[in-house]
Amino acid sequence: MSARVEITLTVNGERVTRGVEPRRHLVDFLRLDLGLTGSHAGCEHGVCGACTVRVDGDIVRGCLVLAASLDGADVTTIEGLTDSGEAEDLQAAFVARNAAQCGFCTPGMVMAAADILRHHPEATRDEIREHLSGNYCRCTGYQAIVDAVEQTLVARRGDAR
Amino acid sequence: MKWPAFGYVRASTLDDVWRLQAEHGDGARILAGGQTLLATLAFRLSEPELLVDITRVAALGGISEAGGTLRIGALTRHAELGRDPLVARHAPLLAEAVPFIAHPAIRNRGTIGGSLAYADPAAELPACVVALGATIVLASAAGERRVPAASFFTGLLETALRPGELIAAVEVPIATPAHRSAIVEVARRSGDYAMAGLAACVTLDGPRVAAARLAYFGVGNGPVLAQGAMAALQGRALGAESIAAAQAALARDLDPPSDLHGPPEMKRHLARVLTARALSRFLPATEIAA
Repeated sequence: MSARVEITLTVNGERVTRGVEPRRHLVDFLRLDLGLTGSHAGCEHGVCGACTVRVDGDIVRGCLVLAASLDGADVTTIEGLTDSGEAEDLQAAFVARNAAQCGFCTPGMVMAAADILRHHPEATRDEIREHLSGNYCRCTGYQAIVDAVEQTLVARRGDAR
Repeated sequence: MKWPAFGYVRASTLDDVWRLQAEHGDGARILAGGQTLLATLAFRLSEPELLVDITRVAALGGISEAGGTLRIGALTRHAELGRDPLVARHAPLLAEAVPFIAHPAIRNRGTIGGSLAYADPAAELPACVVALGATIVLASAAGERRVPAASFFTGLLETALRPGELIAAVEVPIATPAHRSAIVEVARRSGDYAMAGLAACVTLDGPRVAAARLAYFGVGNGPVLAQGAMAALQGRALGAESIAAAQAALARDLDPPSDLHGPPEMKRHLARVLTARALSRFLPATEIAA
């Protein structure tokens, strides 16, 4: 009873159809089946946040979603986010603040931080920390990461005024 | 670890679910938000033959109000619970609990039905539904039955769910103007399961407590309704004396196991601290300042 399941979904704006094994999680589907290696598979049990991607506009743990369940879904990965330019300023701030050290957590961290930019533009530093609390940086570079997000939010608020 | 091999079927209706369960028996597992099930599969804690995805079964979703009851479909995701206007108005305790549950990416997938079915003793929502005096609606091929939340949780990770049943909805009595509720917890890191927590509901009659329900979590095999502490508050004016009496009663109400966070006495201490924190929020502002 583990026959392949055919799914058709949108990934970074492109329509894709694939047959997937039910046990394939979304991150392995992205990395191994579609070659989108920006999303990282870390703990693979929902703790570290390195696999954070968007499904239908909401961030999710890519390792806790079955690819087989995503027929009809709209998935955005770090590659799609980068191509869209939606978080260009955030990514520039990550570089400027040296918020990417080894880089393993960075794609997931940027996806989670972009969620703050979209949904909580007035977030305080504490709220930024809270929102990113499910994303681990084992280099422990949290200050620089929070700095980068805060700097981006402040700059955007300034631009809006 | 990678998940074990299993089959996957998406159910469109409850009848699909019953048929698949009849065909596969114990080998079929219900998949809702997957935030607990899929994590435990990564540890190979179980090896189901078939996952039955119920997330598109319309009968299990939605939030509605009728006849003094708020009905919350089992598929309601934590994030929806946190932003739904009916929940905010009629069961604010549930909305207040949401930020304590894991992290945003998990709250976007995890469901209330899943949280209740897993019955983790340190989880917030089981304690909340017990404190609220909610009713769990269970469905099976034979029809529906209703179980009071306080009887639903029967032991460590155990519930009143029978083989072939699933949680269809939670029915919460609508909060009255005299109703007060609060959830407080102590966790080592934001989003972790609580070391100890309390979901408290109090109905006030002027300064007096007409009724109190205190459900502690992270201090037992499931949500613990503290009967002694509740009796200590009942009928008395809410204030320093009655709060102290409730705290004292916890010595008999709670029998926390030792766990990786610490020994039973530490958990009892945390429960006493949380009791004062929660109940103080129901005092008039002048008394809090004093």
